Parts: sequence; structure tokens; C-alpha cells
Amino acid sequence: MRRKADASRGAFFGFVRKEFRHILRDRRTLVVLFGMPVLMMGLFGYAIRNELENVRIGVAGATGDEVARRIIQRMDASSLFEVVEEVTGSDGIEDGFRHGRFNAAVIFEPGFAGALQRPGPAHVQVITDASNPNTASTVQAYVEAVLRGSGMEPALFQMRYNPELKSAYLFVPGVMAVILMLVSALMTSITITREREMGSMEVLLVSPLHPTQIIIGKVVPYLALSMINVATILLLAAFAFEVPIRGSLTLLVGEAFLFTLCALSLGILISSRSSSLQTSTMIALAGLLMPTVLLSGFIFPIASMPAPLQMLSHVVPAKWFLIIVRSIMIRGVGLELIWRETIIIAGMTLLFIGVSVRSFKLRLE
Amino acid sequence: MNSVLVLLRKEMRQIFRNRTMLPIIFVMPIVQLLVLAFAATFEVRETPMTLVGEAFGPDARQLVAEMQASGYFDVVNRTTSMHEAERDMQAGRSRVILRFPADYERGGRLQVVIDAQDGATAGVVQAYIGRTLGARRTAPAPVEIRPVHWYNPNLEYELYMVPGILVVLVTMIGTFLSAINLVREKEIGTIEQLNVTPIRKWELILGKLLPFWIIALFELAFGLGLAWIVFRIPMEGSLPLIFGLAAIYLLSMLGLGLWISAITETQQQAMFISWFILVIFILMSGLFTPIESMPVWARWLTNLNPMAHFIEIMRRVLLKGAGPEAVFKQALMLWLFATAILTLATRKYRKVAG
Repeated sequence: MRRKADASRGAFFGFVRKEFRHILRDRRTLVVLFGMPVLMMGLFGYAIRNELENVRIGVAGATGDEVARRIIQRMDASSLFEVVEEVTGSDGIEDGFRHGRFNAAVIFEPGFAGALQRPGPAHVQVITDASNPNTASTVQAYVEAVLRGSGMEPALFQMRYNPELKSAYLFVPGVMAVILMLVSALMTSITITREREMGSMEVLLVSPLHPTQIIIGKVVPYLALSMINVATILLLAAFAFEVPIRGSLTLLVGEAFLFTLCALSLGILISSRSSSLQTSTMIALAGLLMPTVLLSGFIFPIASMPAPLQMLSHVVPAKWFLIIVRSIMIRGVGLELIWRETIIIAGMTLLFIGVSVRSFKLRLE
Repeated sequence: MNSVLVLLRKEMRQIFRNRTMLPIIFVMPIVQLLVLAFAATFEVRETPMTLVGEAFGPDARQLVAEMQASGYFDVVNRTTSMHEAERDMQAGRSRVILRFPADYERGGRLQVVIDAQDGATAGVVQAYIGRTLGARRTAPAPVEIRPVHWYNPNLEYELYMVPGILVVLVTMIGTFLSAINLVREKEIGTIEQLNVTPIRKWELILGKLLPFWIIALFELAFGLGLAWIVFRIPMEGSLPLIFGLAAIYLLSMLGLGLWISAITETQQQAMFISWFILVIFILMSGLFTPIESMPVWARWLTNLNPMAHFIEIMRRVLLKGAGPEAVFKQALMLWLFATAILTLATRKYRKVAG
């Protein structure tokens, strides 16, 4: 009895070793697997910002006015604006918007300086290219602030957790969620479906290994690779982008481990339900990429979405993981404030595994 | 040319025979468009807010009422203890703390703590609170500002996002399908049979490309129709212009898929590499985050991204009614990209057994 168990354990480790070798042999996939997190972190750290900068402004009307010139200079000096050209007439503005030469136009009424001397307000018109509503509303708010002058700050503002308003604080947890979700779910679904499509699954099933062992053996290497990715992301975050890890590192890694398990079991579920490699990869990629990016709170705040979508976001595992990672890294909280989210991810994992065990086809038709 | 048509018919038959793939190709992008377009909003709405103070005088009450009426904020808790408010914020239950000093009614300064993990949202919240307070505390400004929002007077996010999301969804399906197509024939071994047919290299590439090109164009048309009906996307510009440019754009992206297909050995590799490239394209396309905010080198790099050009074309033509002269540069870049990638794909494909 003992010897049989030993033999089967040996076979299991042999199988895991074989799987590792399969993965390490495929250089191209490896490059993508390890290059992806580095590249995404690089892009989000150095290239991509969600705050507005360099909004291009066109000015029109009484721009020769002394006061108007001062206002224009003040706008140009701020990092938000760049006054790019002087326009004439609404045709000029329309043309500039259509060619994308500037995003907003500020028009001073004729005799602007004179109007300021007289009682009653002087008029300035702000026309925005509102095809991008984000730019439009921000530009309007800031132009108003500049025109009102920099009086006393009306309140004492304190930006908690991220005083420099760096986007990296928002993006690092998101990159981690997207990478873990897609790499793990995609890789497992590919590797399992592939054995089936190639016919080699039959060979594995008649081996002394239990089907559960086969699945675990397929998943273990990807779990290891994912944890390497987690380490890469955290190292880059801490040293290249100076995003703090305020909470417990052990807890963070543990949660990442749990989330990876969840993604892996989702991958198993996809492969157990789909008939061909094509189908399962398309579901994993095309079906998971956009929802993971859009419905998790990665870029767009969930609180701003319509109620039905907020409900829908509850079933996106990445959403809960993002809450956890942000809480631990940025707000430095412990398990006592995130146990609910942890249980949800654990529950989803069990659900995925349960459903795939039920629908896994042991015999091939 | 005849052999191209034969190949086209074979590919089409293969696609429509596969019952499990059909919903993924045709239904999934549409469902995602309908759902995800509502998710992509930077609008700040109902930010949970905690009020801290001993007593709220008439001035404070009026300010709070005004802020709540704006729809930007939602008061979740009132307390006298700053400690409790901080706890709320740490637990993620509240994102803004307004602390009214005891002398607020006599001109004392309000203390505002904003959870700034999301820097952009925090900035918007700060600007809004500053404006509301400024308007209440200072004399009416000598300058009156008249804001006008062109092309999208109600500042609806869907108008901006739908064309871009549609481009991404159509591109994803097209590129993935073309990327795993040739390599699948390699994996199964049927590529040998294709190799021994008298078909020429460019004919094969064309025959492999056309079916996905037709499907993607059809999907784009269908998606635009939905965008028009459901999201009321204005069709300001000319539709022939959009489809003409879409045809070139899709040639370049499907060509990219075929090139990936030609340089890889397994479907797994092909999927992974095309996913890698697509994610970079999407992130650098200006779809979710403004290109203007990028540093100069990154802004320059977006010139090499066909997706960025086509999303820009869609937005300019559909929303602003731009004519051919306004999107000429983008069109030229797409054309160059398509030519380059198709030449590369044709060259890379060898009609010999590996």
C-alpha cells in the first residue's frame, strides 16, 4: 500500500517535471510570459497617465489686451495647458478641433480690459472640444480657476495616501490583477485543451496518475511562474516607481497566491467546458481581457458606473483582488478589513473547481 | 485569382461550420460593446463622504446640501470624531472627509481630506470642492465665463468611448482569428497539403486574409448600427470614408495576425504573441488614457500604432464630422503600415516543410 502511494507520488513529480520542461522549452511563450509584466509596468510607470497634461488651447478675440495677455501667459505657464495658437472666428475653431490641433478655445470679448474697469462682469467664452468629455470638464474648471485668480485657498486640502497624485498608485495593483488573471486563465485553458485536441490526453488518462493529479500537475508550473511575475511586479513597483507597500508583504503575497489559484481554476473551467483549443483561447482572451480591464476598477471607478454594471462587477474576480491589493499596498490595512473580499475570492475558486470537476470529461468520445 | 476564391470559400465554410466559434465571433463583441461602453466613464459620481464636526450651522448645512445636490457626493456618515472618519477612509467606506472647524460659521477654514489613490479622480473632487467653496466665500468674480461644449453638449462619456471600444473589439476578434489560422494548419499538418497545391504565396495570404477581413468589416458595420441606435452616436462625417479607412486598417491588423501566424509554431505561441502586441496597442492607443498626457517619446511612439490612428479617425469623423483632409496623416500611416506588414507576412511564409 505504502509503496503504491510512493510510486504514484513519484509519477506525479515526474509529471510536474515534464510539464515544467514543456514550458521552459518554448522560448517565445516564455519571453511573452515574463516580458509582459515588465513591459506593462514600464508603460504604466513612464508613458501612461490618466491625469490631464499638455491640454492644447487656442485663443481668440481681444488677445492683444494687456490683461488678456497676462491671463494667457498664466495659462501657458501651468503644466496643464499649452497655448498653441491664435485663432480667428468660429470656422477657425471648428477647423482646429477637427484636425485635433487644440482641445479648447478661450475667447475674450472685444475691449476685454475696458470691460473689466467698468461695473458689471467682463465676458470670456470657453469653447471645448467635448468629444472628449473628460478634457472638456477639466479644462472648463481650470480655466475658471485661472481667470478667477489665485486667491486664498478656500479650504485646507490634504491628499491622503498619494500626495503627489501619481498614477502608478492606481495602476500597479491593476497591472498585477490583469497579468495574473489573463496569464493564468489563458495558460491553463490552453495546456489542458491542447492535450485533448492532440489526443495525448488519452495517454495521460490511462497512466497511473489520478485525473485530479493530472490537473494539479498541469497547474503547478503556472502557479510558480505567476508567483515569479508577482515578485517582478512588486520589485518594479517598489524600486522603479516608488509605490509603497504599507501593509504586510506576507499578506499581500498570500492574497496574490489565492487570486492566482482563482484564475487557474477559471482556466480549468473554461477548458473543461469548451471543445477546441480555438474556442477556449478565444473565450479566455477575447472574453476576459476587456471585462478585467473595464469592470474591475482598474482604470475606471466602479462607483461612477450605472447600478446594473456595479452589480455585474461583483462577479469579476479581479475587482475583489484590486480592492485587496490597494488596501494592503496603499492604505496599509490588515486582514481584519479585507477578510470579506478574501472569502469572496476563495469562494469563487471553490465554485470554479466544483463546476469543472462536474463537467470534466474523463473519457473521450 | 481563381484559387484565391476557392480558398476563400473553404475558409468561410470552415468558420461557419464551427458552431462553438460562431457566438464568440459574432455575439461576444456585441454584448461586450453594449455592456462595457457604460463602464468606461471618468465621471465622478456619488463619492462617499464623511462629515466631521461638533455642530453644523446654517452655512455648513447649506454647503453640504449643495454638494449633495450636485450628485458628486454622497454623505455616508456624520461623526464628531476625526478618528472614526479616518477609520472609514482606511476601510474604503468613504473617499472624502470634510472637517468643519468649530469657528466655521465665523469664517474658519474647512479641512478636506481626499483619498488620492486615484490621482485623477482626486483632482476632479478637489477642483469641484474648491470651486463650490470659492463661489460661496469670495465676492462674485469680475469675469464671467461662458462655457460651451461642442460636439457633446451634455458631456456624455459613451459618445467618446463607444467608437474606440468598437475598434478594439473588432480588432481583437480579427487579429486573434487570423493569428491562429495558419499556425493551426501547421499544427494539424494540413499546411503540407496547401503547400503542394499550385497556389502562389500571395494568393494564399490573400485567401487567408479575406474571410476575416469580410467578417471584421461586417462586424464593424453592425456595431456602428448598434452604436447609432442604442448610444445615439452622431454620424457627423461620411460613412464611406469610415469604411474606406477601416478597410485599410483591418488589412494592417489582420496582416499582423498572419505575420504572427507565419513566425510561430504553435497556436499557443501565436495567441500569446498577438495578445502581447494587442495589449500594447490598446494601452498606447489613447482609448482609455489621453495621448496628450504622455511624455514626448511615448507620444511619438503612438505614431507607429495603427490602432491609435484608427480610433482617432473614428472619433474625428463620427463625432466631429471631419473630412478626408483632416484625417489624411492618419490614413497615410495606416496605408504604410498595411503595406509593410503584408509584404513581411508574404515573405515570411515559406512553402516548404519546416
